[in-house]
Amino acid sequence: MRLDIILAGVGGQGILSIATVLGYAAVESGLQLKQAEVHGMSQRGGEVQSHLRISDKPIYSDLIPAGAADMILSVEPMESLRYLPFLSPEGWLVTNTTPFRNIDNYPELDRVLEEVKRVPNHVSIDADAIAKEHNNARGMNMVMVGAASVFISLEFEKLQDGIRYIFSRKGDDVVERNLATLQAGRTFAEQARTTAQR
Amino acid sequence: MKNDTLLLLGDEAVAQGALDAGISGFYAYPGTPSTEIMEYAQTSRQAAEGKVHRTWSANEKTALETAIGMSYAGKRAMAMMKHVGLNVAADAFINAGLTGANGGLIVTVADDPSMHSSQNEQDSRFFGKFAMVPILEPSNQQEAYEMCFEGFELSERYDTPVLLRLTTRIAHSRAGVARSAQRPQHEITLPEDKRQFVLLPAIARKRYKTLLGRQDAFEQEAAESRFNKYFEGSDKSLGIIACGIAYNYVMENYQDQGCPHPLLKLSQYPIPRTLVERMVDECGAVLVVEDGMPVVEEQLRGLLNRGATVRGRMSGELPRDGELNPAIVRAALGFETQPGGSVPEGIVQRPPALCAGCSHIDSMNAINAAIRDVYGDGRVFSDIGCYTLGALPPYNAINSCVDMGASITMAKGAADAGLTPAAAIIGDSTFTHSGMTALLDAVIENTNMIVCILDNSTTAMTGGQYSHAYGRLEQICAGLGVDPDHIRTLRPTRKTHDEFVQIIKEEVAYEGVSVIIPQRECVQTQARRAKLAKQGA
Repeated sequence: MRLDIILAGVGGQGILSIATVLGYAAVESGLQLKQAEVHGMSQRGGEVQSHLRISDKPIYSDLIPAGAADMILSVEPMESLRYLPFLSPEGWLVTNTTPFRNIDNYPELDRVLEEVKRVPNHVSIDADAIAKEHNNARGMNMVMVGAASVFISLEFEKLQDGIRYIFSRKGDDVVERNLATLQAGRTFAEQARTTAQR
Repeated sequence: MKNDTLLLLGDEAVAQGALDAGISGFYAYPGTPSTEIMEYAQTSRQAAEGKVHRTWSANEKTALETAIGMSYAGKRAMAMMKHVGLNVAADAFINAGLTGANGGLIVTVADDPSMHSSQNEQDSRFFGKFAMVPILEPSNQQEAYEMCFEGFELSERYDTPVLLRLTTRIAHSRAGVARSAQRPQHEITLPEDKRQFVLLPAIARKRYKTLLGRQDAFEQEAAESRFNKYFEGSDKSLGIIACGIAYNYVMENYQDQGCPHPLLKLSQYPIPRTLVERMVDECGAVLVVEDGMPVVEEQLRGLLNRGATVRGRMSGELPRDGELNPAIVRAALGFETQPGGSVPEGIVQRPPALCAGCSHIDSMNAINAAIRDVYGDGRVFSDIGCYTLGALPPYNAINSCVDMGASITMAKGAADAGLTPAAAIIGDSTFTHSGMTALLDAVIENTNMIVCILDNSTTAMTGGQYSHAYGRLEQICAGLGVDPDHIRTLRPTRKTHDEFVQIIKEEVAYEGVSVIIPQRECVQTQARRAKLAKQGA
């Protein structure tokens, strides 16, 4: 089993919490893991990415080779496209559709979403809206983990455990809301995949 | 993973390794990508229980010197810094090669190939060679951990400092690390020779001969090191030398079938000649894969390059600059590139920017209004910190960023040349790092210049570490001899813009050294503090 995921977003959007949940599930499943992060200057509103590699064999490179990623998981639509050179031809692009506009020359959103649709295997999901529907405005990242869960070979229960692990300090209510958000993301992606296969 | 296995960044693995190896003191100034070593030590319960020193130093030089002092007293110590920090600490570093160490002394330096967060991509292995000390360069987080044990032992065995070289990719990547049994800290033991650390010429000459005499032993250690491995290979058309993390990029391409070529994994220096000789003797050509500068390749080629066929960054098989990655190394090994998509048109960059509400925005606007818009662009010397982003639109406010503290000295040099007005912009933490002596130079000559110390009460760019300047700036400036009438403070906001501009104009009119201190806390640390206070309540 080998799973290479590029996590993408903008500094401050919290992609590392996604990495933490996925990483927790991987470690709990007895798998090896390497996760390259971006620290420093780019965190000030710049583009950030994390290379998450999970395997049942030793992992050499901390970076995913170009053209080898099984998935780009992005919390921002334009950022999802920036890393296309890393995506393998069979890989999945799973992206949030809510733009993060902190620059003047952000491209037209419709064009960005059109480009996403040109990727053979893609799921576009308005994770911000789904998070809000579940009374969890800050739970966008967990919607994305739920959406990704459909396409990766990590047990869903282990991802739920990861959420319990991260949020347990904040109380049962927060844990339950994030579990519901996770499930909502998963349900959306399952439907999207079924539609895509028809 | 097992209970004794932790998921750690390379930086954190170094901190945990040093703690388990019985360190008594960490000394550092924050600098990407090395900052997380100290941060990990600061939050470690093990470090607290062992009363391990882990407070930030004023700069890399004071950090390393203090570590040398702890080593003198017989305890294990580590100084940590980014690559350019070693320039600041170079005087202490090179001379520590001569004084040697008593308690184990490791200097951990994190290089930043591709300059993700730096002004250059210098390779610290040059400095290690310059100081003639052993160098350790981990290929993964586990080795980073283990090299702390090995490094302290090597240091104590040969009475020498040891350089531990990381690069960004290993410093900021997380992987499982299996821990070893914890060792106790050393008791105080003074050096046997009480004059060992006195580098008077007569003693220094002896110490230098001692250092020279140890070079063969250092190389022998490298030849026998468990971190250096020679792997046999049947395809001898090419031999590969893979240094540090580059080993991973090579093996990424051979993980399923194994490497067919003889392969030397190199993680401890000086370069062990016996192993390299063996490769040169049995292979038609040698490819050197190293992250950073072509340190090993250049030594193998020599000036005339008339010996073995050596390939790498200098011959063009690998790019001359920038960080390595699996694709670059894949091409150098002669494989076809893997198909991937291309980035669609219209995808634009997001340059890092000052945060909304940042006090530097108000400072840039005021300085522009009072200087650039009156006298033209080109009179504002700046420094290293978040405010360096003032070089970018919409501010276009600053004209230099060279090294820590250089804003004040460069403004002075320009003022000496006759440029009026000449202004310096420096952050509070950068000022106490390297700006105070620069200001003293200006005070001694009462140079006609303005120094703006942007006080956001933290070391912001690296994530909000304690600033030595906190609550002390006015006293420091007055103590250095700045006329108190020309030390002006204010709280920079949109509302105080006119007042700020007026103050700058008044100080431009004054012929002498003026210090203006706009004081308002970093919005990031302020938000963090408010959150902590709320959780505490």
